[in-house]
Amino acid sequence: MATHSENQYFVPHGSIYPSILSAGLLSMASGFIFSVATDRGGKSLAYLEGPGHWMMYFGLAVVVFMMFKWLGTVITESMTGKYKSWEDKSFRWGMVVFIASEVAFFSAFFGALFYMRVLSVPDLASYAPDITPYKDFLAVWPSQGPGGHVLGAEYTPNPAFKPMHWSGLPLINTILLLTSGATITWAHWGLIKNNRTQLIIGMFLTVALGIAFLICQGMEYHHAYTEMGLTLGSGAYGATFFMLTGFHGFHVTIGTIMLIVILLRCMKGHFTPEHHFGFEGVAWYWHFVDVVWLGLFIFVYML
Amino acid sequence: MSTTTVAHHEEHSDHPTGIMRWLTTTNHKDIGTMYLTFSLIMFLVGGSMILGIRAELFKPGLQLMNPDFFNQLIGVHALIMIFAALMPAATGFANWMIPLQIGAPDMALPRLNNWGFWLLPPSAILLTLPFTLALFGIGDGALATGWTFYPPLSVQGGIGVDFAIFAVHLLGISSVMGSINIIVTLFNMRAPGMTLMKMPMFAWGWLITAFLLVATIPVLAGAVTMLLTDRHFGTHFFDAAGGGDPIMFQHLFWFFGHPEVYILLLPVWGFIPQILQTFSRKPMYGYKAQVYSLWAIGALAVVVWAHHFFTAGMPVPALLYFMYSTMAISLPLAVLFFCWIKTMWKGSMTFETPMLFAVGWIILFGIGGLTGLVLADVAADAQYHNSYFVVAHFHYTLFAGGIMGIMAGVYYWLPKMTGHMYNEKLGKLHFWLTAISFNVTFIPQFFVGLAGMPRRIPDYALQFAEFNMISTIGAFILGLSQLLFVYNIISCARGGQKATDKVWEGAEGLEWTLPSPPPYHSFNEQPVIK
Repeated sequence: MATHSENQYFVPHGSIYPSILSAGLLSMASGFIFSVATDRGGKSLAYLEGPGHWMMYFGLAVVVFMMFKWLGTVITESMTGKYKSWEDKSFRWGMVVFIASEVAFFSAFFGALFYMRVLSVPDLASYAPDITPYKDFLAVWPSQGPGGHVLGAEYTPNPAFKPMHWSGLPLINTILLLTSGATITWAHWGLIKNNRTQLIIGMFLTVALGIAFLICQGMEYHHAYTEMGLTLGSGAYGATFFMLTGFHGFHVTIGTIMLIVILLRCMKGHFTPEHHFGFEGVAWYWHFVDVVWLGLFIFVYML
Repeated sequence: MSTTTVAHHEEHSDHPTGIMRWLTTTNHKDIGTMYLTFSLIMFLVGGSMILGIRAELFKPGLQLMNPDFFNQLIGVHALIMIFAALMPAATGFANWMIPLQIGAPDMALPRLNNWGFWLLPPSAILLTLPFTLALFGIGDGALATGWTFYPPLSVQGGIGVDFAIFAVHLLGISSVMGSINIIVTLFNMRAPGMTLMKMPMFAWGWLITAFLLVATIPVLAGAVTMLLTDRHFGTHFFDAAGGGDPIMFQHLFWFFGHPEVYILLLPVWGFIPQILQTFSRKPMYGYKAQVYSLWAIGALAVVVWAHHFFTAGMPVPALLYFMYSTMAISLPLAVLFFCWIKTMWKGSMTFETPMLFAVGWIILFGIGGLTGLVLADVAADAQYHNSYFVVAHFHYTLFAGGIMGIMAGVYYWLPKMTGHMYNEKLGKLHFWLTAISFNVTFIPQFFVGLAGMPRRIPDYALQFAEFNMISTIGAFILGLSQLLFVYNIISCARGGQKATDKVWEGAEGLEWTLPSPPPYHSFNEQPVIK
């Protein structure tokens, strides 16, 4: 009987959280659509904006609350010893595959960057002026668009912009993230050696570095928008710059929130040297975010 | 399966009843049932939409709807059939059968499994809501771009495009979560002694499908996100006015879109050999060759995407590369075909409904594959591209190769799932009506396509009138015969002759060692495979 329960895989009891979470996502998505609905064919949709905002924020609240409850259940199950090595292995595989899917997501945007830089901008520059409505493209990166100005809505020229240089804030951010990768590994060593002080100091430093990164990125964006004329509408460069660094920043934000949760759990003594998948999963995620940043630093900022 | 198993079974079966059972369930069979039911409902919804299209095409000229609504029906039909009918059906089988086939207690991540399913109804709502909103004067209906979202049309489109973008996002999350679950289950939950090369073919098909999903669905999510920012936040990903390129969307989309074809088909290639083996009463031929072929096809699937838009403009070396790599897929696929045929060779075959569907499937899917080879030819594709030839081709692969395969699976496993035999006579009638009316619908489309009838246009030249009329008649018979299928499933679920544990005389595999229907918790103690 004893060996039997050892070999028993833990199948959790039913949970209402996933279905409510999905309903929250539905509300969030449709609220977002209503709040950005544009007028078309003379029919105004502006009246949808107010209700759309409410639906979106309500949906977001539901999603956050359900994540909180769901992960809370997972922590309780973990603390009551429901997860043994068999379940642990499932979580490890699951996290690996999830991070692989995140890599695929980022590669779409990297792909867009390479495509525009290597193919579409030089192509546009190569067309004879009499066969293209977009004249005077230069085959340089970043592209300033036809005739020195990217064309926005109604073909009005957007202001000229300056590209972001890699030295300065981006370099500082690189150092911050790389250091945070080291501190979280140091914290992990502390956890394995059962040295709680090293663990908590390491985690605290990692969280602080993550927050510092986000503050620097906020300053960088502010600088770009107010002083360099660099916006989402700055053509191929602006679009890839903000979408790549923006999605990365979003992942850093999520990662920092997860790190804070893990820090609190470390302080409560949730992890043992043998049993700490929660810690490791977040550490893997953090290293992934780190690697993506290195890609960004090389391909978006430096080259 | 000792007495302790029974004790545990009772201890754990205190699950809620009624609607709460389905909302909260973490049981792989419940979730599988929900996936399959959802798939069947959406199959009927998507089918009714295309009957509207076929009715409009019954004769030349505009009769029933305006062209914009016609386009909306076409796009939503495709999205529903691909994402809400075919994919959930395959995932439903995965949920039901993979734990039974590999001797696992359940899927590895049961709550995630529940979430994977419950993301689907909101996505279906997002896909169809714009129709309803348009009735109340809000917006101008669903996306009118076809399911491929090509810009610039999709950048200019109304709120229907936004709804479809978010529907794709939710469906994508659902697929990725489902794939994570299946990969983890197959790696971590196999019964002791079941090595990877002893896994049932269905498990192999799904493992490669799940890898493809994880690699490509996020790319689609990225592509539609760029579309969203182009629409609302002034980016220039697909706009030459800022250095972007509408054709880049085609690359990103089909980087997902082509593997998607194999995502729909690989699970079917998994269980069809099992069905052939059962009803030929001899072992599967070339298990290893089939596994390696599945891998080869999975790998080639992600490097051939641009054959979907040869005519959009590409350097000649790229055209040649995509042509040859596409044709290379026919090699492993031919290996599969020979293995399927050799499995039946000199077997003592009987033709119950699943076998009828499986054999019909080989022939019809073969036509789909061969016409694909024709389309892969760059020079010929200039003529075929965007014509009804393409429509006929991908219905031979996705309706015959996908849905008829799924139907074979339904008839094969329904007695196991419900504990009752379905009505064999009705099943056979359903097969013959489906197979014949399917060909009546789509064979004429090859010819009108070759003669130059473009797809996605509500009106056509007079010389296509007869063939379109035949096609529409076939489509309505095809649609109505699916009611037999629904009736057969419902009456089988509600009662009928008791099914034995093994159900089919020649059935092999762990799922047939369990009672029909299997207990709520099947393998509390894992069987050992020798």
